[in-house]
Amino acid sequence: MTVHNLFIFDRNGTCLHYSEWNRKKQAGISKEEEYKLMFGMLFSIRSFVGKMSPVDMKEGFLSFQTSKYKLHYYETPTGLKFVLNTDLGVQNIRDILHQIYSNIYVEYVVKNPLCAQNEPIQSELFRTKLDNFIRGLPFFSARAG
Amino acid sequence: MAIFSVYVVNKAGGLVYQYDNYSPRLEVEKTFSFPLDFVLKVHDDRLIVAFGQRDNIRVGHAVLSINGFDVNGRYTADGKEILEYLNNPANYPVSIRFGRPRLSSNEKLMLASMFHSLFAIGSQLSPEPGSSGIEMLETDTFKLHCFQTLTGIKFIVLADPRQAGTDTLLRKIYEIYSDFALKNPFYSLEMPIRCELFDQNLKAALEVAEKAGTFGPGS
Repeated sequence: MTVHNLFIFDRNGTCLHYSEWNRKKQAGISKEEEYKLMFGMLFSIRSFVGKMSPVDMKEGFLSFQTSKYKLHYYETPTGLKFVLNTDLGVQNIRDILHQIYSNIYVEYVVKNPLCAQNEPIQSELFRTKLDNFIRGLPFFSARAG
Repeated sequence: MAIFSVYVVNKAGGLVYQYDNYSPRLEVEKTFSFPLDFVLKVHDDRLIVAFGQRDNIRVGHAVLSINGFDVNGRYTADGKEILEYLNNPANYPVSIRFGRPRLSSNEKLMLASMFHSLFAIGSQLSPEPGSSGIEMLETDTFKLHCFQTLTGIKFIVLADPRQAGTDTLLRKIYEIYSDFALKNPFYSLEMPIRCELFDQNLKAALEVAEKAGTFGPGS
């Protein structure tokens, strides 16, 4: 079990934060382009899923998986998007993405008056807290269990 | 529980087959007085609810009929613009039927090619080498399962999140495709599939798969 990387987007598509832990393959494009591609994909998935769904949705898109990884998605009503890529063994981790939002993002970014909104997060405290939180997850350690 | 629909997409992203197996119809008909207590707007040539939810009428629902007559896009059956009609207090009380808009064939084609590129991006953005495209996409109302063959054809099944045995079903559909579409001398590759035997066998396979069961209540 392992965690690959984490993206945080605001509602305009700006990548507020990106960090990676166990990533074996880079996308082959610059980071800026990768953020745009990722956001574009999520945006399309949201619209795709909204049209495909046979009944009205509440939460909408939750996750997708390929043969090698699983992408978990959580969006707040304000449009903040949290995207966490893990391996396939990880089940539903909606509460964990919500914790990143409420215990880390709100605490160390929203409550920090020096953190500008809608701009990439510079706060070192936020980075450390986030990194510690992710490293402490039960499914973090690569291939250990 | 249920399998909602099946899509077959060729290697260029074109939709060659689509079948709706089960689509729940949730429609609400109510009589309203002037003024309406929600906001309607024109979207994709349909009149949809933009704001205000009540009595099972949800944001995104389209106006389907007025006073029992089916509407034609954003026009009433006799060719008047619906918004204008509803803005005239003389036309009230009015009975309006709302429901989730159905996908038109054009929209289905569009969604199929949209998934084609999402599939490719999903593989490009992979943090692990050698990843396939999207194999399973989960939402709270349905799960989309996709199986891509070595020749690039994608079989897509939309099912209830609790539906089991979709992997077997996808391979079964591939088998049916090879047997009844590819071996049909009148079928040209990459073109829409219009083979009766393919239809019949697909429907039979879907029935079997639905009986295969689900885990959870309602099965």
